[in-house]
Amino acid sequence: MSQATKKPRRWHIAVFLAPAVLIYTAIMIIPLFSTLQLALYSEVENSQVFVGLQNFRALFGDPQWSDQFWNALKNNTWFFIVHMIVQNPIGILLAALLSSPRLRMRSFYRTAIFIPTILSFVIAGFAWKLILSPLWGVAPNLLDLVGLKSLFQPWLGKEAYALTTLALISVWQFVGIPMMLIYAALLSIPDELLEAAECDGITGMSQFWKVKLPLILPAIGIISILTFVGNFNAFDLIYATQGALAGPDFSTDILGTFMFRTFFGFQLQLGDPNLGAAIATAMFAIILIGVSIYLFGIQTRLRRYQF
Amino acid sequence: MMKSTRLALLAATMLGATGTAMAQDAELTIESWRNDDLTIWQEKLIPAFEAKHPGIKVNFAPSAPTEYNAVLNSKLDAGTAGDLVTCRPFDASLSLYEKGHLTDLKDLENMSNFSDVAKAAWSTDDGSATFCVPMASVIHGFIYNADAFEELGIEPPKTNEEFYAVLDKIKEDGTYIPMAMGAKDQWEAATMGYTNIGPNYWKGEEGRLALIAGEQKLTDEQWVQPLREIAKWAPYLGDGFEAQAYPDSQNLFTLGRAAIFPAGSWEIAIFNEQADFKLGAFPPPVQNAGDECYISDHTDIGIGMNAKTENPEAARTFLNWVGSAEFASLYANSLPGFFSLSNETVEMEDPLAKEFVSWRENCKSTIRPAHQILSRGTPNLWNEMWNVSANVLRGAQTPEDGAKQLQDGLAGWYEPQQ
Repeated sequence: MSQATKKPRRWHIAVFLAPAVLIYTAIMIIPLFSTLQLALYSEVENSQVFVGLQNFRALFGDPQWSDQFWNALKNNTWFFIVHMIVQNPIGILLAALLSSPRLRMRSFYRTAIFIPTILSFVIAGFAWKLILSPLWGVAPNLLDLVGLKSLFQPWLGKEAYALTTLALISVWQFVGIPMMLIYAALLSIPDELLEAAECDGITGMSQFWKVKLPLILPAIGIISILTFVGNFNAFDLIYATQGALAGPDFSTDILGTFMFRTFFGFQLQLGDPNLGAAIATAMFAIILIGVSIYLFGIQTRLRRYQF
Repeated sequence: MMKSTRLALLAATMLGATGTAMAQDAELTIESWRNDDLTIWQEKLIPAFEAKHPGIKVNFAPSAPTEYNAVLNSKLDAGTAGDLVTCRPFDASLSLYEKGHLTDLKDLENMSNFSDVAKAAWSTDDGSATFCVPMASVIHGFIYNADAFEELGIEPPKTNEEFYAVLDKIKEDGTYIPMAMGAKDQWEAATMGYTNIGPNYWKGEEGRLALIAGEQKLTDEQWVQPLREIAKWAPYLGDGFEAQAYPDSQNLFTLGRAAIFPAGSWEIAIFNEQADFKLGAFPPPVQNAGDECYISDHTDIGIGMNAKTENPEAARTFLNWVGSAEFASLYANSLPGFFSLSNETVEMEDPLAKEFVSWRENCKSTIRPAHQILSRGTPNLWNEMWNVSANVLRGAQTPEDGAKQLQDGLAGWYEPQQ
């Protein structure tokens, strides 16, 4: 910064940034901070009073709330694990199949697998509720056709299966996203690299494991973190299929439904926006910690290749 | 010059016209959870009111029952709620009044048409203010497929023993699923199960008031026994009842696949329309023949005024009309199953509704036990009852454990129970 060459003020930077900054501030940053602020207040005789960390003490210290919180966190973690071990491997597999040069009708498969992703949660949830319904659903009949009727269970009504069933429905809906991202990553691998690998005698499966997979690892990392954020913010699917009480016996209660029930109330339970905001803050912290671990612990160690 | 004067005049008349039109046409929006009743409001009730009160336009805007309280509370806080608010009984509405969202209607002319019992659900604890006009109560019982009963040669049961004999007989025959009830939505088990058959065990008001006073506990025999009965129901329900939702149960019954439906009287209108067989109803069976019977006759629905309405006069006119004999008769007959709380005698035409309301003559009425005072704390007793009843029905929790959970939860915050 020498005084001699007087730099003109670059107003255009501010002008171009302004719309995004203003909108983002108005609809994301201000609400985020007012949520954090709301969590520090409590309603006493119809007015908001600053109470410090009392809501968090209730959330983690009072068994009425903490039991529900840990239950929701446990369920949410399982929800995430199912996505990681089912959705992402299937996404990678589908992408690998799609990028195979011998596959015909590629764009048809690509579209068909991606379509559920653009459906609303409510539609997906409702459609699956009907499919799995023990009364009108096609699931019992289809199983009957292949002689496996005895395997049918009212999955959404059993504590042992309900959450896993919902996680798999969500996997069905969103498997298109990892598929697309990894498919794009696979396509961006230069042909020279693969030809060089072939010259060295690495083909077929071993080519996938030894050449392609290391090159798409950054994409897999991004997908994992997107899955993590998406799952810990999830709410819609559970609410659409199981309602705000997340039955049976709270076995499908995740942080999102727990927050909704607390914030807005349910039936005779009155809403407590302050405690609800405390739960939202806890969710924010969990996601922040998860993303930080990824950013500083994993992403910096991933090797990137420049082509 | 001429031109501009003319324009100004034109503008003035237009402004004047819109001004008066606005003054004349007060628009009232009703918030409600009764989305099933949309057509009845639009085709019968609102036209009847508008015919008498030209200049007031009424718009019925319901939301889904399970979401209503959450939606309404946030709308009221945000100042976007409708002018008239359908009131849940007791604490849910009381808290709205205390927050200043509802206004006191004690001085409304037609409020005198209601008894103190009817008004209790929408009054402050000391009775100094009444903030909603009582509209209707609902009665619990069992609706049955009368054709199926005739076909199988069975009579509606009076005692508990007969009740299970009937269920066994239907099950043995195999044509019908004995009873249509699901555990998925949870409230079915609590509302149509526990609080339906329960009053016969805890002796209606006697037990309910003793619970509020702390003289009885939810772990006492009379409160646990109804849960034990619900636990016995599971074998008589349809396959996969664990995942059966409330609309599934309704369809199962109206399609003629199930013979008995543990019901609230609000089903009458829908069942009349959808079922093509004869319907009958019997009250919750008593333990021994000749026992005094109790029914859940729950003050369920009232209507009040949003304190921030822009048309308080029009809103009061509407509420006064809701308190009139005309509305009572119109409402009870367009929505059989919602029984007027008015002191005026209301003639009803629907035979099923008449059957339900006839139980009031022989049986003692009570309301659902969790609604007054006992759902003010955390955990919420009514929500807990949903969960526990559904768990007991599914066999996932024993009745004794369930009762203990309810009692522990209540004793956690309610002093008389400690």
